[in-house]
Amino acid sequence: MAGIRLKGRNRPPPSAAGDSPAADPPAALNPGRAAAGLVGLRYPWWRIALGLAALILAALFAATQGSVHIPFVAVVEIVAGRLPGLEPPADAPATWDVILWQLRLPRVAQAAVVGAALAMSGAAYQGLFKNPLADPYLVGVASGAGLGAVAVLLTGIPMYLAGISLLPVAAFAGGTGAVAIAYSIARNARGTPTTTLILAGVAVASLTGAVSSLLILRSDPELRPVLSWLMGSFISSEWKESAIVLAYAVPGIIVLLGFGRMLNVLQLNEEHAAMLGVPVEKVKLLLIAAATLITAAAVSFSGLIGFVGLVAPHAVRLIWGTDYRFLLPMSAIAGAAFLVLADLVARTIVSPGELPVGMVTAFCGAPFFLYLLRRRRLGV
Amino acid sequence: MPNSPESRLSQRPDDTDSGLWQSAMAQAASSHPELVEGLACMSGATVNPHPHNTHHQPVASGMADMSGATVNPHPHNTAHQPAANGMPDMSGATVNHHPGNTAHQPAANGMAETGMPETPAANGAAPAGIRAAGVFASYGERQVLNGLDLEVAQGTVTALAGPNGVGKSTLLRAIAGALRPARGEIRIMGADIFAMNGKERARMVSIVPQNPELPRGASALEVTLMGRNPHLPLLAWESAADVAIAIESLRMTDAEHLIERPVQQLSGGERQRVAIAMALAQQTPVILLDEPTANLDLAHQPTIMRLLRQLAAAGKTLITAVHDLTLAGQFCDTVALISGGKITASGPPETTLTPETIREVYGAETLVLPHPETGKPIVVSR
Repeated sequence: MAGIRLKGRNRPPPSAAGDSPAADPPAALNPGRAAAGLVGLRYPWWRIALGLAALILAALFAATQGSVHIPFVAVVEIVAGRLPGLEPPADAPATWDVILWQLRLPRVAQAAVVGAALAMSGAAYQGLFKNPLADPYLVGVASGAGLGAVAVLLTGIPMYLAGISLLPVAAFAGGTGAVAIAYSIARNARGTPTTTLILAGVAVASLTGAVSSLLILRSDPELRPVLSWLMGSFISSEWKESAIVLAYAVPGIIVLLGFGRMLNVLQLNEEHAAMLGVPVEKVKLLLIAAATLITAAAVSFSGLIGFVGLVAPHAVRLIWGTDYRFLLPMSAIAGAAFLVLADLVARTIVSPGELPVGMVTAFCGAPFFLYLLRRRRLGV
Repeated sequence: MPNSPESRLSQRPDDTDSGLWQSAMAQAASSHPELVEGLACMSGATVNPHPHNTHHQPVASGMADMSGATVNPHPHNTAHQPAANGMPDMSGATVNHHPGNTAHQPAANGMAETGMPETPAANGAAPAGIRAAGVFASYGERQVLNGLDLEVAQGTVTALAGPNGVGKSTLLRAIAGALRPARGEIRIMGADIFAMNGKERARMVSIVPQNPELPRGASALEVTLMGRNPHLPLLAWESAADVAIAIESLRMTDAEHLIERPVQQLSGGERQRVAIAMALAQQTPVILLDEPTANLDLAHQPTIMRLLRQLAAAGKTLITAVHDLTLAGQFCDTVALISGGKITASGPPETTLTPETIREVYGAETLVLPHPETGKPIVVSR
């Protein structure tokens, strides 16, 4: 009950409250409402607000770092200067403005958008498959998108059509296509068993991965851009890309947020959920489509970045509980902050060179994940 | 039995919590007329083993006034309110979504006159709570149900017993609408279960699976609130009234103190009580339980069975699959023995639990003794 709490009186009696492991002290009580007697659920908006504030701080801090150091205050002033009614700072060098608005902030924004997208779809997949190891790439989005990207990069397909880069379009088509194939294979007359869907996803992923490898082997001079795409990178981020990712992801995000309570009920076994009046198959299909749309949009511009979709939802789950109405938005915030900081490390730690951001997320994410697992196993 | 629901309920007048609960209901009734339906149904399901206990009556009459203007899809619930004299106009003034149900009102009147009969349907006027007729079901080649007929009177507890794999769970799933029989008909309170959509069905019949998968990390209250799903629009959140109903359900199963506990930390008995609370929160006239006492110890088994009795007294119709025939004999109105895909024997425990029928159904030799206090059959292997 750490996610969404009761308002007011409905607490266990003191004896039971003593052994309750809930992290929050009785400060969560609301004596005013308790006197009135009528109680309901209270959504912890303040945690969302605090999370957003932390994300903004992380993003501004990330913008200060780079080959040219820009003081934090100057970053805040320059960003605030673009707000209506406020003046840009007069004493800041003009290059700072250019560095921030054309290089660093687009990149930070792209990392935040992609991190949020991957973390939220990861949380949704974990809920749908009731499998804590599920991640956004589980049912073949990643390798499908990879095949789409490789096909554009390495075959004769033109990179640009009418001024639009075909790479993200191909990656998006490959990712959604792979999931659609896995879903249609797994579907039978009685429904879509999640185990079968995962297995079908693995098979489709192997096949598309093999085709990608074959294409890469046959055309070695062009290897490097493919590899850097496959490992994930924000090197050439532009505002426009974040906007496109958001445009695709937002419908999916709205669907996921709307179906938070349904995801909660789906944590029961599927027949039990159906007995509670949940149209299980329809809800599953809708949520898989939404999560896939979000993942494919993120992957198409930034390549494959692992661990965000696994670690961020888990961290939120372990700290604040499993109510998906809180878990989904909070995972998005946590994933965004995580990827902003991971990208900061990726572009500064071997300066002037750069690491693939996926390598950094794996370096930070894997030990953190192991720590969480250990903690959970000990039942702390 | 300091923890039994009865002893807790009898203590309620001293219980400050219940005073707050009462005010919650009263306030909900006065300030949120739209919530009254849920609360009215709830009070119908409220177990009051002490008809002279006036504890609930101010609430009940307050709600009766309000509900005249509301649509009540479950008039049968309200009709069985033990303090029914507090709200005699309720079902008459409400819009009845199940016209077939009006027939059971004489039974409700009879109940009001006689107080709390063990089996309201004994008056003969009530329709069957559950009626399965000529049900055939199979898994692949294996025929499980073979033209099974079963009729369960409203307001009773029926034990469903039989050897392993004989189709007890299959029958429960069919009655719950989870499994469509190849042939046959299943009616709940007179209504065809397969003519309803999922939500309508979930408002008529709830099921407590044998080993309910309760989601790790969720609290007992969160799990119980899932039982409110059939009463909520697709994307809506639970209202204060839903929370009140969930808490009352947990209170009835003697699990209120577990509200904030993550379910994976609960013992088997506590999990079972939370699973039953979820079914109660569904506010269905029919509740099916698949071996609810299977993992419980000697002390918790009768607690659950007594709870089932109380729910039946409040007008619910229950079927529970059981293995322990003595437990079934002690607590159930009817014992139905199933073998060969059909009901072999059905009736009061004294008539069905005989060495002969048990031999026929299980192929086992038993000794059946009368309970020294109640005279109910005790079944012992020989």
